[in-house]
Amino acid sequence: MSLRPSWPDLSAGLFVLLLGLLGLWQAAAIPTSPIYAQVGPKLVPYLVAGGLSLLGLLLVGAALRGGWSATLAEVVEAGPPNRRALALVGAGLVANLLLIGPLGFSLAAAAQFALVAAGFGSRHAARDLLLGVPLCLAVWFLFVEALGVNIGAGVLEGLVLQLLGREPV
Amino acid sequence: MEAINGLALGFSHAFSLTNLAWAMLGCFLGTAVGVLPGIGPALTIALLLPITFQVSATGAFILFCGVFYGAMYGGSTTSILLNAPGESGSIITALEGARMARHGRAGPALATAAIGSFVAGTVGTLGLAFLGPVIVDLALMLGPAEYFALMVLCFVTVSAVLGGSALRGLASLFFGLMLGLVGIDLQTGQPRLTFGVPELLDGVNVVLVAVALFAVGEALHMAWRHREGKAEVLPVGSVMLSRADARRSFWPWLRGAGLGFPFGVMPAGGTEMPTMLSYYVERKLAKPEHRHEFGTTGAIEGVAGPEAANNAAAAGILVPMLTLGLPTSATAAIMLSAFQSYGIQPGPLLFQSQGELVWTLIASLFIANVMLVVLNLPLVGLWVRILKIPQPQLYAGILVFATIGTYGISNSVVDLILLYAIGTIGMFMRRFDFPVAPVVIGMILGPMAEQALRQALTISEGDWSVFLTRPGSAAILGVALLALLGPRLWALLARRG
Repeated sequence: MSLRPSWPDLSAGLFVLLLGLLGLWQAAAIPTSPIYAQVGPKLVPYLVAGGLSLLGLLLVGAALRGGWSATLAEVVEAGPPNRRALALVGAGLVANLLLIGPLGFSLAAAAQFALVAAGFGSRHAARDLLLGVPLCLAVWFLFVEALGVNIGAGVLEGLVLQLLGREPV
Repeated sequence: MEAINGLALGFSHAFSLTNLAWAMLGCFLGTAVGVLPGIGPALTIALLLPITFQVSATGAFILFCGVFYGAMYGGSTTSILLNAPGESGSIITALEGARMARHGRAGPALATAAIGSFVAGTVGTLGLAFLGPVIVDLALMLGPAEYFALMVLCFVTVSAVLGGSALRGLASLFFGLMLGLVGIDLQTGQPRLTFGVPELLDGVNVVLVAVALFAVGEALHMAWRHREGKAEVLPVGSVMLSRADARRSFWPWLRGAGLGFPFGVMPAGGTEMPTMLSYYVERKLAKPEHRHEFGTTGAIEGVAGPEAANNAAAAGILVPMLTLGLPTSATAAIMLSAFQSYGIQPGPLLFQSQGELVWTLIASLFIANVMLVVLNLPLVGLWVRILKIPQPQLYAGILVFATIGTYGISNSVVDLILLYAIGTIGMFMRRFDFPVAPVVIGMILGPMAEQALRQALTISEGDWSVFLTRPGSAAILGVALLALLGPRLWALLARRG
């Protein structure tokens, strides 16, 4: 084990520590309950957030002593991160976030489908889009009709429902 | 005999047409998601949770358990033909199975895996039927203090004992515990850890977290590591088991099942340990003339044993889930939350208050096992087709399901933002080797543990020593401490000695 700090591992440890501290802050913000109880609502949040902070500190310590992830087989074998793939998949998620409100699920998810597929190396964006639209529409109908999930009909879903002679939900 | 009567009752209900249909659908879906790399039973059941609003509890749980068992069968197909384990329990199967496939023996490998899964699934389900009532009788004597101690033991084993590092496992667990705390405290009505965001008053949705970690995090991690190039699906050939192969597989099946089931039952959940043990046992016990096949051309014993152990452990996991309400795997945790959405609290009372449900479920597991052998042997060609779905469209499709599963919770974009944020954390967890299952388990079991803790302390009027003065709870906490510190002390002693 080398004694040089591992910067990536250090950031992971610091993130855990940060989460723990956020939890402690929020635990402190819980108003003391007026209801009598042997154990109030604050005890367990303090224990959990305190525990997470402690684990964060220990992870930071481990990172400063050389870290753990540099020796993992998966990390050693992996090449440099594939920024292009990650960016395209991320763009897909963002596109979905922005479009799902105005256009509804199917079109937004189809845009996401095409972008994610492109991220994983598909070179046929138009074909993916053509595949994605009916797929997402089918998934929407599956969830709404078969599973009974209430998902508002967007532009495309409303159109299809009208074609089927039914009121858009 | 309670088990015999129970099974008789169960089978009389399980053979109804609707229940058979649910089992069939579950087995089909389960095999499909088991075969597909990147999705597993936990994610699938999470996505199917809305069904609990539509269907009777019995139907829904038959479906979920069918998915659970089916994924174990399907996972082996992927490990053998793609040399890519679909889930952690099939890592060992991939070891010997893929070697057999590369040497043209994919058929026998698939056959021994499927039949071994059947044998082990049947043994495990029998174990569940006969052991369940016994554990229930014991569990009825437990008070809140013992329950809390049991949950602590469960936390320790799922996070600190399994996996690469106790520190990272515990960090995952505590992250899950913290997510479970978000929302209104049920006893006092105080909002906790909500950061003042009104959407968080209802708590963080379990489905959202499971989908974020298992689908979004996984997809992002795959994208991060993505390389061009296609994975090669090895040809199957004929899926017959010759007489010699069957003879070589027979004892490994039984030994694997015998090893796997206890591991599943103990709140040490997880299928890695029994599959690994079974592999070493089979390599030791293999006849000298076959021993050279291990690690070279692939030994059938090395597929039969671990695959049986994997399935028996999966059946074993249902024992603590149904009798104690303790989930020891992510899938069991999600099923537990399905019970909660029916207002049913799994635990010792389940066998009494919901006897019909429990026994119908157990009977359906036997039926599902038969269905799965049929689905997996003659129909193996279908699953091979599914394996050939190209990766770009597969992951894009998984994310479509992830999105709708989350958006359907409350049609809220806030949920989607949370989904992607936790998904990103999930990606980094994969990168830094933090296990994700403890997050889900902590999130679901955490609130139950807190309730038990507060009940115990209310009964004892605030006296913390209750956990140590009650012998049951002291003993269980002692085991938990041993499980946490034992390996460290062992290493320390070994270094000195």
